[in-house]
Amino acid sequence: MARFVVRRLVGMVLVLFAVSVLTFLIFNVIPNGDPAVRMAGKNSTPAQIEQIRKEWHFDESLPQQYLFMMKQIFTGKLVSYSDQTNVWEQIRMGLPRTFALGIGAAILWMTLGILLGLYSAVKAGRISDRVLTVLALIGISMPVFWVGALMNYYLGYKLEWFPNGGYVEISEGGIGEWLYHLILPWTALAILFIGVYSRILRSNILDTINDDYVRTARAKGISERRVMTRHVLRNSLIPIVTLWGLDFGLVIAGGAVLTESVFDLQGVGQYFAEAIGRLDVPPVMAVTLLGAVFIVVLNTVVDIVYAVLDPRIRLG
Amino acid sequence: MSEPILEIDHLQVEFRTDEGVVHAVDDVSLTLAAGEVLAIVGESGSGKTVTAMSLLGLNRSPNATFRGSARYRGTQLLTASEDELRAIRGAEMAMIFQDPMTSLNPVQRIGDQIAEQILAHEKLTKAEVRDRVVELMDRVGIPRAAERARAYPHEFSGGMRQRVMIALALSCSPSVLIADEPTTALDVTIQAQILERLKELKDETGTAIILVTHDLGVVADIADRIAVMYGGRIVEEGTVDEIFYDPQHPYTWGLLGSITRVDRDRGERLPSIAGLPPSLLAPPEGCHFRARCPHEFERCGQGPPLEDRGAGHPDRCWLTVEQKRARRVVDDGEIGLAAKVAVEASPEGLVDRRETPPGAPSRVAGDAGAAEDARVAEEDR
Repeated sequence: MARFVVRRLVGMVLVLFAVSVLTFLIFNVIPNGDPAVRMAGKNSTPAQIEQIRKEWHFDESLPQQYLFMMKQIFTGKLVSYSDQTNVWEQIRMGLPRTFALGIGAAILWMTLGILLGLYSAVKAGRISDRVLTVLALIGISMPVFWVGALMNYYLGYKLEWFPNGGYVEISEGGIGEWLYHLILPWTALAILFIGVYSRILRSNILDTINDDYVRTARAKGISERRVMTRHVLRNSLIPIVTLWGLDFGLVIAGGAVLTESVFDLQGVGQYFAEAIGRLDVPPVMAVTLLGAVFIVVLNTVVDIVYAVLDPRIRLG
Repeated sequence: MSEPILEIDHLQVEFRTDEGVVHAVDDVSLTLAAGEVLAIVGESGSGKTVTAMSLLGLNRSPNATFRGSARYRGTQLLTASEDELRAIRGAEMAMIFQDPMTSLNPVQRIGDQIAEQILAHEKLTKAEVRDRVVELMDRVGIPRAAERARAYPHEFSGGMRQRVMIALALSCSPSVLIADEPTTALDVTIQAQILERLKELKDETGTAIILVTHDLGVVADIADRIAVMYGGRIVEEGTVDEIFYDPQHPYTWGLLGSITRVDRDRGERLPSIAGLPPSLLAPPEGCHFRARCPHEFERCGQGPPLEDRGAGHPDRCWLTVEQKRARRVVDDGEIGLAAKVAVEASPEGLVDRRETPPGAPSRVAGDAGAAEDARVAEEDR
C-alpha cells in the first residue's frame, strides 16, 4: 500500500513535468504569441516593449523561460500577463465554486444514475425501460453548453424560475440562495453522466443477476430484496464507483469549463477559459498543472477504493 | 423405508423460448424417504437439473410452466408463494451447485456468506452464528476454520469452495439436500474426497440427498436408488444393485459403458453413446431414445410407459426382460459393450463391490486421506 502510493507520487511528478513542458511549448509555437507586445498595449514604443521583455524574462532562452515560470508557480508568485494579478489568488477564489459545482453534480448524477439504472434493469424489456433508454441516449447526446444555454434562457431568463446564471457565496446569500443558483448548473452538468451511468449500471445488473452466486443467494432463503441489494446491486456498483471517482476528477480538472462559463459561476474553469482566450499563459499553466495533480490523486484514491470494494484486486 | 418426505408426481416443466416451447421435464414422478440418497442420472439436457431446481422454485420465471405436483411435507412446492418457498429454501431443503468457482459471491467473506443463510432462518446472536459457521466449516474438513471464515472465495481452491458450499447447505440442518453435479467441476481426487465427505455427513445428520449427476461412477458408492433420466423422462428407476447389475434400458447400458474404469486397457477407447440427445423443442414420438438405440423396432414409435416388465424395477423399453438380458450381453455395439462390462462384473462384484467399486473415481477414494493432506499442505503455503 505504501509502496503503491509512493509509486503513484513518483508517477505524478513525471506527469506534471510532461504536461507543463507540453503546455509551455504549445503557447510558444502558436502565432501571435509574443506576450510583451500585448502587455505593452497599442500605443507603445519598441523601447517599452523591449523593457517589458527584459522585466518578464521573455528575452531569455526557452529552457530558461520554462524554469523561471516553474519557479514562479511553485513559489506562488506567478502573475497573469494580462492583468498582473496573482494567479494563485485567483485560483483560490475560484476553487470553492468549482468544487461546489463538481461535488453537487457528482452526487446528483450518481444518485439518479443508480436509481434509473436499477429501475431500468428491474423493468428490462418493458415500455418504461425503453423510454429510459431513449431518454438516456438523448441525455448523452446533448452537449452541456447547449443544454446549459437552453436552461438559462428558458428557465432563467424567460420563466424566471431560476436566476440567470451567477454564483452566490453561502456567507453572502445563505444556503438557500447558494442552492438556488447551483441547481441549473448541477443539472446541466449531470445530465450526460446520468445517461451514461444508468446505462452502465443497467447492463451490469442484468449481467450479475444471472450469476451463479445470485442463484446461491436465492437458494439460501433470504428475501428477494436482500438478494438484490446485498448481492446484485452491491456487485454491480463496483465499476460504477470507480468510474465515478475518475469522472469527478475530470470534471474538477477542466470538464466543468463549459458549465461554469455558460452559467457565469466564476470558478477555476471559467478563469481557465478566459485565460486561454487572452493567450495568458501563466493561469493556463497553473490550472493545467493543478488539474493534472487532481487527476493523478483521484486515480490513486479510486484504485485504493477499488481494492477495498473488490478483494480480488491487489494494488500493484 | 419410512414415509416419503418428498413426493414428485407427474412433474412437467416447460419453458417458452424464442425457438418454441422446450419440454424440459416430461412426466417425472419420484419419491424420497427421510435419510435416503436418490441419484438422478442422465446426460446434459436430460432434465435432471431442471427437476431439482423446480423443487426450490429457483427456475421460476414468466416463461416457465410447471404442472403436476411436488410435495414436501405437505407443502405444494410448485404453487407455493415466494414467502413459503423462502422458509423452505436453505432451512428445509438446501442445494449444492455444480460450479463452486462461481457459486459464491466473490466480494463477501466466506463466513458472512454462510452466516447470511443461518440468520435468514434462525434468531441467533452474532457470536452464536460465528461459532456455528466455524463448526460447520470444521465439519466439512476446512482446516483452520476460524481463520478461513474471514477469507474470500478466491483464496480457496475449487475443492475447498465446494466444501464451503456443503457447509452452507448444511448450516440449518436441512431434511433434504439437493446436490446438483457437486463434483463435476472438480479434479478426480477432489471428487472422491467431496463424495466421501457427503456420505459421512449423510450418515451423521440423516439428511436425505438428491444427487444429480451425469456420472454413474459417482453414485455407485453413495446412492440408495437411481433414477436414469433421458430426454426429460425417467427411463429406468431402481436400487443401485438393480441399475448396475440388471439394467433394463438400452440407455442405461450406454451410461454404464461410458464410466471410466481403471481395470480397462489404456489403449481402448472409452465407449460412448453415438448420436445426440433429442431436441426438447420437438421431442420425438414414442421412445425418446429411439433415434440412438440399436435395438429400435416399430413398437418404439408409441411411448413405452414407465413400468415393471418383470425385472423387479420399472423402465421405459418395450423389449421383454429376456430380450434385454440376452441383448446386453450378445450385442457388441457401443451400448452392448457397456452392458457386457456390467454383467461380467457382477459375479464377484456383487459380493465385494464396496471394496472394489466400479468406476475410477470410487477407486481413488481409498487415497482420499493422503490426497487431502497434500492439498491442505499446499493451501497452507
